Amino acid sequence: MQIYVCVKHVPDTAANIRVVGGDTFDESCKFVVNPYDEYGVEEAVQIVEREGEGEVVIVTVGKEPAIAAIRSALSVGANRGILIKTDHQFLDSTLTSQAIKRAIERDGKPDLIFTGKQSVDSEGMQTHFRLAAAFDMPVATDVVDLKISDGKAIVEREIGRGSREVVEMSMPCVLGVTRGLNDPRYAKLPDVMKAKRKEVKEIDITDLGLDISAPATKLVELKSVPERGPAQMLQGGTREMVEELVSAFKEEEKVI
Amino acid sequence: MAKIGVLIETTENEVKATNFGVITAARGQGGNEIYAFVLNADADACKEVLQEYGVRKIIEISVGGAGLASSPDFKAKALADAMKNYNITYLFGLSSAVGRDLLARVAAVLGAPLALDCVCVNPADRTVIKSHFSGKTFATIKLSGDYFICGIRPNAIDALAEPCDAEVLPYRSSAGDPGRLVVKEVKQGKAGSVDLTEADIIITGGRPMGSADNYKILEVCADVLGAAVGASRAAVDAGYALHSMQVGQTGKTVSPKLYIGCGLSGSVQHFAGMKTSKVIVAVNTDKDAPIFNKCDYGLVGDLFEVVPVLTEVLKETKAIGS
Repeated sequence: MQIYVCVKHVPDTAANIRVVGGDTFDESCKFVVNPYDEYGVEEAVQIVEREGEGEVVIVTVGKEPAIAAIRSALSVGANRGILIKTDHQFLDSTLTSQAIKRAIERDGKPDLIFTGKQSVDSEGMQTHFRLAAAFDMPVATDVVDLKISDGKAIVEREIGRGSREVVEMSMPCVLGVTRGLNDPRYAKLPDVMKAKRKEVKEIDITDLGLDISAPATKLVELKSVPERGPAQMLQGGTREMVEELVSAFKEEEKVI
Repeated sequence: MAKIGVLIETTENEVKATNFGVITAARGQGGNEIYAFVLNADADACKEVLQEYGVRKIIEISVGGAGLASSPDFKAKALADAMKNYNITYLFGLSSAVGRDLLARVAAVLGAPLALDCVCVNPADRTVIKSHFSGKTFATIKLSGDYFICGIRPNAIDALAEPCDAEVLPYRSSAGDPGRLVVKEVKQGKAGSVDLTEADIIITGGRPMGSADNYKILEVCADVLGAAVGASRAAVDAGYALHSMQVGQTGKTVSPKLYIGCGLSGSVQHFAGMKTSKVIVAVNTDKDAPIFNKCDYGLVGDLFEVVPVLTEVLKETKAIGS
């Protein structure tokens, strides 16, 4: 099976984000593979391992340093990568999906395409839907289980309240995956070394024939969410503290 | 003045309360004409509550042949058709599990710009404010083009009533089901539980919960409060709670009126997922826990002692109030 996995290079979830100049952030923080995308990489690698044939290709849209995300995916079993280079961390979802579609089309014929259900930086939550529309393929998001049989993908997706929806899709299809799908493996040192020798093709986004000058969405301002100050600490015995708290819920905060 | 469509979410013909904040946002400063789109539910049954919030037109969308329930693609096509039919270019909805999926499909069908997880919308200047970096920052995004589609974080915008009289307009879409994706079955989670992202009140347990069984004390308290139960990543990793309960950067982003954190240290990732809550309370045995530096009320104590007392006092307060 020919599987493509879309991976984004994003700031580590533990990083503090420092806003710079009103619409960008300090990119000197640690970057990682978008956590949700890791489940897609693992699932793709497992499918190819199970079937004993096929290929896992990582596709990333990002700045030059985003190649680190591709190398990271290559160190846990993916075969090769494609880096679509841009100048910005935040690219409009429509353009991102168009760029990915064109790069995949040039490369091969997908049987499955994985993405994370969202990135943890811009949180657009829509690139997989647009990618599917561009390819005219079915798409599902919040995927936590996948079975493939008779050319169909049977997925389970989270729909809130702990409920799951079982969806059957024809293949090829696009799957936006999330935590619960599998347990991504850790890279072993020899594999990290091997990953450095695997093929990564670099394409400039403008070479894909896309007009990136007029995106449909544009970030115009970025602001830190203000932190609250220290808590008002309640005093006394447990019962006393709780009574004061409940009274505050009722009288001052009016939340119950 | 603009015509604004609002995608209404229902459970068994009942309009979810979180829709009212979305309708309020769509009304804006006044003067906008609100069209409510109802799919797969009885519009007449929804009318009474929708007109309380200023909805003038309720579009009941139907399709020929099979129902809409088994295909989100079919729903999206029918909804896009209805928008075109009524010349509506603005679509508001909830950034919930259902809304995120359907709004993204509609946006893809129409080639329209979309912003999800919005906490503020301003259709007049075509901007929204939405979460970035899982709640660590807010980004102002400008949407250009013929359409404007946004999903609003549940509870982020307060609902304000504005009673009027609504009329129900049936709309039959001629769209066909692309048929490549079929919903086969829904496996129900715990019956009666409140959805985390739409809850008014959330009580969360961290790693000190110690076992899945111990979450019962939170559930009992949650029942009294009408709250949803959440978990920290550490608790989910330890196998005490399901991932669907996880609050924080790789879990759910929530914005309840009241957030009660029990045994949470206050990690950056967890805070990112709940810092827009109106009131945050922390219960922790460690008086130096970082969470006490950035919440509203702090209570130093053992959660296994505090939570049952809280349940008791809430019950007593309720009894007096009724």
